[in-house]
This record gives sequence, C-alpha cells and structure tokens, in this order.
Amino acid sequence: MVFSYRLGPASAVITVHCRFFARYAEVLGRDSLELRLAAPASVADAVRELRTTLDRGAHLPERPLAAVNREHVPLEHALADGDELALLPPLAGG
Amino acid sequence: MSRLVTRDPIDVARLTMEISDAGRGGTVVFLGSVRRSAEDGPVTEIEYAGYEEMLSRELAQILDEAHARWPNAACAAQHRLGVVPVGEPSIAILAAAPHRAAAFDACRFIIEAAKRRLPVWKHEHFENGTSQWREA
Repeated sequence: MVFSYRLGPASAVITVHCRFFARYAEVLGRDSLELRLAAPASVADAVRELRTTLDRGAHLPERPLAAVNREHVPLEHALADGDELALLPPLAGG
Repeated sequence: MSRLVTRDPIDVARLTMEISDAGRGGTVVFLGSVRRSAEDGPVTEIEYAGYEEMLSRELAQILDEAHARWPNAACAAQHRLGVVPVGEPSIAILAAAPHRAAAFDACRFIIEAAKRRLPVWKHEHFENGTSQWREA
C-alpha cells in the first residue's frame, strides 16, 4: 500500500519503505508501508506525516527512535528515495 | 538468520569453543535469562521480537568495536528470538583474553552496548494469561 501526502504538482518525490515493530506494529495494525514524501524530507517529516495521517498514527510518539537502512539515526537525518525507515519502540534487548 | 541470532536455545558450550585459545587464560561468560518475577506479576515466558537484519548488523558492529578496544581478546555473542521460557538465556556474551581484567571489561562493554542499541522487544506473558510489551 502506498501513501502519498501533500505532494504539489512540481514536487520532487521520494518513496520510503517504512517498517514498524512490536507495540508500534500492534497499534497501527500493520508492520510496513510505502510512504511518498515531497523532497527534501527528514525522518522527522516522515514521522509527522505518519502521526497525522494514519489511523491511530497519533499513538506514535513525536520523537521515536529511528533507523534508516538498519542504522540508528537522529530525527534530523535526511531521507533518500528507496530508504528503509524503521520506527523503533524503546529497546528492550538482552 | 545469522550465527549472532537464533531461535533455538543458546549453545553456550559451542560459543565458548569459538573463543577458546591456549593464549587466553581468562574467559568471562554473561547470560541474560528470563526472570519469573516482574513488576506486573509472575512471568511464564517472554517472546522476543527483533528487527532481525538490523540486529545482526548491530551486534556484529558491537563485537568489532570490542575487538578494536581489546585486540588481544576474542569475543562472541548470540541473541535469541521467539519464545524463551523462564530460566533460559535470551542473550549470551563471552569474552576471552590473556588476563581477567580485559575479559571482564570487554564482556561488560558488549552487554551494555547491546542493551542500548539492539533492536529487540519483549512481549511478557503472565501466569494469569495476560501479556504486554515490556519497554525499557
């Protein structure tokens, strides 16, 4: 499923593969989706779109832990077309 | 699934063999196991969920960092995913070095980094039949 938000006619667009885990996946009722965003876009921009547009998206925190392409990143990290963005609940390994 | 992640019981003897060497006189083994007691009642088991591709990569990175800090030490680690019964380990960290100080330090470094960085989550199952995600 592809979600496209706030894209103007002349916007450069990137597509990000979003993944959700544990409680976030449970709350959203899904573990992944394709998100289209107007470029440039940061992780924070993606989180904002997900929180405001998805059903139950408001249950996501404003500043979740995030990983892009399997590496921890800050919310200011710039997204590129084709990135895999994972939103991580508070870690509880070990 | 990489050798750093398993859905089977952790084979501590095999991990010990991986790092054993006649030149390493001190070996430290840390096992993190499922506790029965929790804040919300007696636990029967914990289901560990993980972002598996990132988990393997991050744990390998942590082991590389330990090797850079303690080049004379050999370290091994494995995280278990899926249902882990009370009393069984969900993570094993091993460090062997010529002397005990480096083995303890490397082992401590790895488990502390693992707690901070590994994308793993616990779904606790209680004796009364309820369950919940444990965060932090």
